[in-house]
Amino acid sequence: MYLNDSHEQSRERRFFSSNVCSRLVGTAAGLLMATALAAANDQVRIGFIGLEPDGQEPVSLLDVVAEDDGLAGARLAIEDNNATGTFMGQEFILEEKILPRDGDVAAAAVELVNGDVKWILSALPREKLNTLLDAAGDATVFNVAAPDNVLRNEECRANLYHTVASRRMLTDALAQFLIYKRWTRWALVVGNTPEDEQGAEALKQSAERFGAEIVSEKKWPHTPLARRSEGGFHAIQREVPVFLQDLEDHDILLVIDETDYFGEYIPHQTWVPRPVGGTQGLTAAAWHRAHESWGAVQLHRRFERRANRWMSPVDYAAWVAVRSLGEAATRAGSVEEGPMLDYLKGESFQLGAYMGEPVTFRSWDRQLRQPILVAGPRMVVSVSPQEGFLHPRTLLDTLGDDEAETGCKN
Amino acid sequence: MAYRLKTATALIGALVLAMAVPAHAEKIFVSNEQDNTVSVIDGDSLEVVDTINVSRRPRAMALSNDKKYLFVAGGDDEAVDMIDIATHELVQTLSSGPDPEVIRVDPNRPYIYISNEDDNIVTVIDYEKRTRVTEIPVGVEPEGIGISPDGRWVVNTTETTNMAHFIDTEEMRVTQNVLVDARPRHAEFKHDGSEVWVSSEIGATVSVIDMDKFEIKHTINFDVPGVTRESVQAVGVELSSDGKRAYVALGPSNRVAVVDQETYEVLDYVLVGQRVWHLALDTAEKRLFTTNGVSGDVTVIDVETNEPQVSIPVGRFPWGVIVVE
Repeated sequence: MYLNDSHEQSRERRFFSSNVCSRLVGTAAGLLMATALAAANDQVRIGFIGLEPDGQEPVSLLDVVAEDDGLAGARLAIEDNNATGTFMGQEFILEEKILPRDGDVAAAAVELVNGDVKWILSALPREKLNTLLDAAGDATVFNVAAPDNVLRNEECRANLYHTVASRRMLTDALAQFLIYKRWTRWALVVGNTPEDEQGAEALKQSAERFGAEIVSEKKWPHTPLARRSEGGFHAIQREVPVFLQDLEDHDILLVIDETDYFGEYIPHQTWVPRPVGGTQGLTAAAWHRAHESWGAVQLHRRFERRANRWMSPVDYAAWVAVRSLGEAATRAGSVEEGPMLDYLKGESFQLGAYMGEPVTFRSWDRQLRQPILVAGPRMVVSVSPQEGFLHPRTLLDTLGDDEAETGCKN
Repeated sequence: MAYRLKTATALIGALVLAMAVPAHAEKIFVSNEQDNTVSVIDGDSLEVVDTINVSRRPRAMALSNDKKYLFVAGGDDEAVDMIDIATHELVQTLSSGPDPEVIRVDPNRPYIYISNEDDNIVTVIDYEKRTRVTEIPVGVEPEGIGISPDGRWVVNTTETTNMAHFIDTEEMRVTQNVLVDARPRHAEFKHDGSEVWVSSEIGATVSVIDMDKFEIKHTINFDVPGVTRESVQAVGVELSSDGKRAYVALGPSNRVAVVDQETYEVLDYVLVGQRVWHLALDTAEKRLFTTNGVSGDVTVIDVETNEPQVSIPVGRFPWGVIVVE
C-alpha cells in the first residue's frame, strides 16, 4: 500500500540530479584504492524469483502497481552489501528471474542452482514457493512475500527462512494495540478469498491469545466490480451502511480483504460511528512510507532514489534477506555457504533494520523476529509489541507463533 | 518515589557542589532535535537561561578553535549555524551538503568535518572562507565523526556498512578501514590519541581501536541487570582527560555505563532519563551532562559518586550537549 509522492521525489531529483551510478562507482573506486584490495573478489550469487503483476487495478487510484515489487528492495540491499564488500573483497550479485504468472518456477530454480546459486529469494505465493523448494535442492530460500502461517508450521523446511511477517504476526501486532486501547469488542467483515479466510483465522487466534471478543462476523458478498467508474460512491454510500447495520455493538470494525476487492470502501461508511482496521484503515505492516524513526528515512530515501516509488513491505523483506546474507558474509569473513549458514543460524546473528532493535531469526521456524508497525493510511500510529505484554525470552516473541506452539518439525 | 527522594538529596548535593566550586560562568548548550532550538543552561544555577532558535533538526554541535563560536548542524536545512557563544546570536549559516548529522572541528585549521548521512560522503568546509574544501567518499550512512587530538586522523563511522573509516587529513582520503559491530554511531578519541572508541547502537558494544595498528584491541559489552538486551543500545561516548574513566550512553535502557578506560571493565550503570543519547563532562570533569531524548531533559551526574544529581527540563528530543567555559 504505497503512494507516489511526486513533490518529495521532484525535490529529491533536484538535489541528487548528479548521476547516482557515477557517484556510487566513484565511492567504490575511492574506497578500493584506499584499502588497496587488489585481489579478485569472492562472489556471493543470490537468486530472485518473482512473478509479473497480475494486472488487477487497485481500488484506490492512489495505489500504484509496482513492476519490481520485492526486486527493487533486493537490488538496493545488493548495493548496500557491496559497499561493505568493497572493503572485505566480497562481491554480491543478484540473478533476477521475473516469470509470467503461469511461468515455470521449477525450471527457473533449477537454472539458478545449476549456475552455482546457493541462496534464492522467493517473491512467490505459497504454492509456487513450495514448487520452488521442491526444485531447489539444498539451496537456502528466503520467503519475502508469502504470509501464510502454514509455511511457518506444517509446511516449514530446514532450508526455508522468512523475512516477510506471517499473517499471525500482523494480527497479533494489531490485536496488542487494540487491547492497549481497550477496544476489545471486534466486529469482522471478511472477504471470500482463501487468503481472507486465513486472515480471519489469524485474527481469531490473536483475539483468543490477547483476550478480545469477536461479537459479529459477516462475509462480504463480493462480485467483481468495474474498478473505475465515475460516481461509484453513490451506490457505496447506500449499500455499505445497510450491510453493516445488523452487526452487534462493537468497538472497532475489522475488515479482512487481502486482495483489495472492497475493504477500501468501508471506512467512513459504517452504520455506527466506529473506527475501521484490519487490512484497510488501521493496519499492521512490517514497513510503511510514514515510518520515520530509527533512521528509517535514510532507507526510504536510498530506495526512492533508485526505484522511483515507495518501498513496500515486500521490498523491505527482500532488503532484509539480502542484507542478512551480506552480514553473514561480513561477519563470517567468508563467502562459503557453510560459514555463512553457521552465522545465520547462530546466536550472534543480528541485523540493524531501522526498527530500533536488532532483527534476528527464530530458531524453531526461521521466521524473522521483528517489531511490527501499526499504521493508518498516512501516519504510523504505534509499534508493537506493546509495553505491558510480557514474555520470558523477548517481547518480540509475543508476535507470531511462539516456540511452544509451533507446528514446525524441520 | 525513591527516585524523587534521591533527587531531593541530590539537589542539596548539587548546591554544595556549586558552592564548593567558585563561579566559573560555565554554559551548557543542548540541541533540541524536534524544537529547532538550542537550550542554554547556566553551569551554576543549572537552569535554562536562554533558548536559541536555530536551523531545523539540530543535532551535533562543535566549538570553533578559539572557543568563541558554537557550530550546530541543522539536518533539515542542510546548514551549519555559527552562533556567538557570548551573545547567543546567529553569526552566519554555512551550507553543509545534504542532511548533516555529526560535525567536528579540525584543531589546526578552520575546517568542519560533516557527515552527510544521505550521500555517503564526509564534507569538509572552511568556516572562515565559507567554502567547501572537499568531499570524501565513505560507506553507507555516515554518522559518527571523531578527530584525533593532533588533528592527523578523522574517523567516520557508517551505520549500514558497519565500519570505522580513517581519513588521513593530510591527504583527505580514507586510508584505513575497521569493521565494527552493527550500526556504529559515535567515535571518540582518547585524549592521548592512542585509541578511538566506537559505539555500536544495534550491536550494543564499544569497539576500542588501537591507533598504531588500526585494529580492535578490545570490545566492551554491556549487560544491564533487569533490562532486556534489545533496549541496551550504545550511542554517546565521553572520555575523561586523565585517561581513567569513560562514560557510554546506553539509549533506551536509560542508563549511562561508567567504564574504566585502562581495563575496559564496566564499573557501574547510572539511571538517567529516557533514551539517553549523548554526554559531556564539564571543564573541571566533576559533572557529566546527559541528553535524554524521550523524557526531554538533561541529567547531571556527579562523577565522584556516580549518582544522578538533578534533571533539567529542556526542549523536545534533546540530542547533543556541549560544555563551554
